[in-house]
Amino acid sequence: MDSTVTTGTEENVWGGGNQPLGASYGKLMMWFFLVSDALTFSGFLAAYGFSRFKFIETWPIADEVFTHVPFFHGNYPMYYVAFMTFILIMSSVTMVLAVDAGHKLQKTKVIWFMFLTIIGGAIFVGSQAWEWATFIKGDYGALETKGGRILQFVSADSGERMAIRDFAEPLPSERVNHEKKNGVWYYQGETLPSYSLNEIVEGVKSNSNVLIRTELINEDGHKTVLTRDETMKKLNDAVLVVEGANLVHNEYGSRLFADFFFFITGFHGFHVFSGVIINCIIFFNVILGTYERRGHYEMVEKVGLYWHFVDLVWVFVFTFFYLV
Amino acid sequence: MAHEHKLEIFRGLLKFKSNTQKIWGVLIFLTLVTIVEVGLGIAKPAALTHSHFLGMKVLNWIFIILTLVKAYYIAWDFMHLRDEKSSLRRAIVWTPIFLVAYLIFILLFEADYIYHVYTDGFVKWNF
Repeated sequence: MDSTVTTGTEENVWGGGNQPLGASYGKLMMWFFLVSDALTFSGFLAAYGFSRFKFIETWPIADEVFTHVPFFHGNYPMYYVAFMTFILIMSSVTMVLAVDAGHKLQKTKVIWFMFLTIIGGAIFVGSQAWEWATFIKGDYGALETKGGRILQFVSADSGERMAIRDFAEPLPSERVNHEKKNGVWYYQGETLPSYSLNEIVEGVKSNSNVLIRTELINEDGHKTVLTRDETMKKLNDAVLVVEGANLVHNEYGSRLFADFFFFITGFHGFHVFSGVIINCIIFFNVILGTYERRGHYEMVEKVGLYWHFVDLVWVFVFTFFYLV
Repeated sequence: MAHEHKLEIFRGLLKFKSNTQKIWGVLIFLTLVTIVEVGLGIAKPAALTHSHFLGMKVLNWIFIILTLVKAYYIAWDFMHLRDEKSSLRRAIVWTPIFLVAYLIFILLFEADYIYHVYTDGFVKWNF
């Protein structure tokens, strides 16, 4: 027990009272963690850059992938992500204000600013969950070729994207979703897409307005749209109907895009989530007066560092996933 | 704990009266930068998307530079690196910068090489 007790007389350079670099032990360790975590995120983002440069001509265009805003219909690229970015920066600000109030030992202020920070973090995590759900559910649907390339559809008249439900010909189908009540040996059936490959092929054939859009980006920075003849030819390559995105198929284009999206925003979202939890713990400690009795609010400052780091990472994720 | 706050940003061009005021000032600056980024991202001016620098669109360079500017102010003012000793600051900032710059350099060069293998080599992958 003796060794854990620090008395005033031992607070000299050789007694453990010394603070290298003018930062306390806890703060220095938090910085150690943040630097290593920054390297982890950099590794992920650099890997993303690697895959993107490898498929530089066919990579999905983020503006066309993330176009939704909750409660609004239509095409609003980036507005929602910009809003999320602002929410996170805002919650960073309330965190600094909490730290600042902590320096002045103003308990009520710390409580309120911590509370606002937690609310901001929760809104961000919720937004990200919504973003994921929209991404997974998909929008227009597409076909996948044998080589794993994605064929999307546009209208020849307007140049607007067309969803497969807009032109698919309903055919009397030979397959139905296999359900548990129909089979003794049921484990699980493969989920059928809303339209079968045949229905879509027939739809394209009978609807001369439908053109195929490939993944290839042309000189103007748009995806290449095939002519009607090329469309009919390309249609023969299709083997699969893809709706939405998961780790294996991705209707928006390169499947690696979906993989990195899930992995990097997921890892970041997990950081935000743990940040909210840690903030909650500190929040209750502040209410209970733990730091009031301790005489300083350095814990608030330490979780603050973590919280700002999460914001810092998001600034980079925002740039590399949504802007560049 | 660092009790002394340095209240100048933009190399002393802007000096705030209190730490709280500085925080709001930095928020306004970061919001402005984000608005500019989103505006450019939606507008995509042709002059910036058709000109290239070091193999990348000028617009993308602008995005990356603005991101680094934002990162600087988050780290310096929100994480109050500005108030820390310069030795701590340098240890924290230069270590990742060196490692990440190296990693990006090798990975992107390698990726570009593979891209050329795919386009010029005898590999059929787009079928």
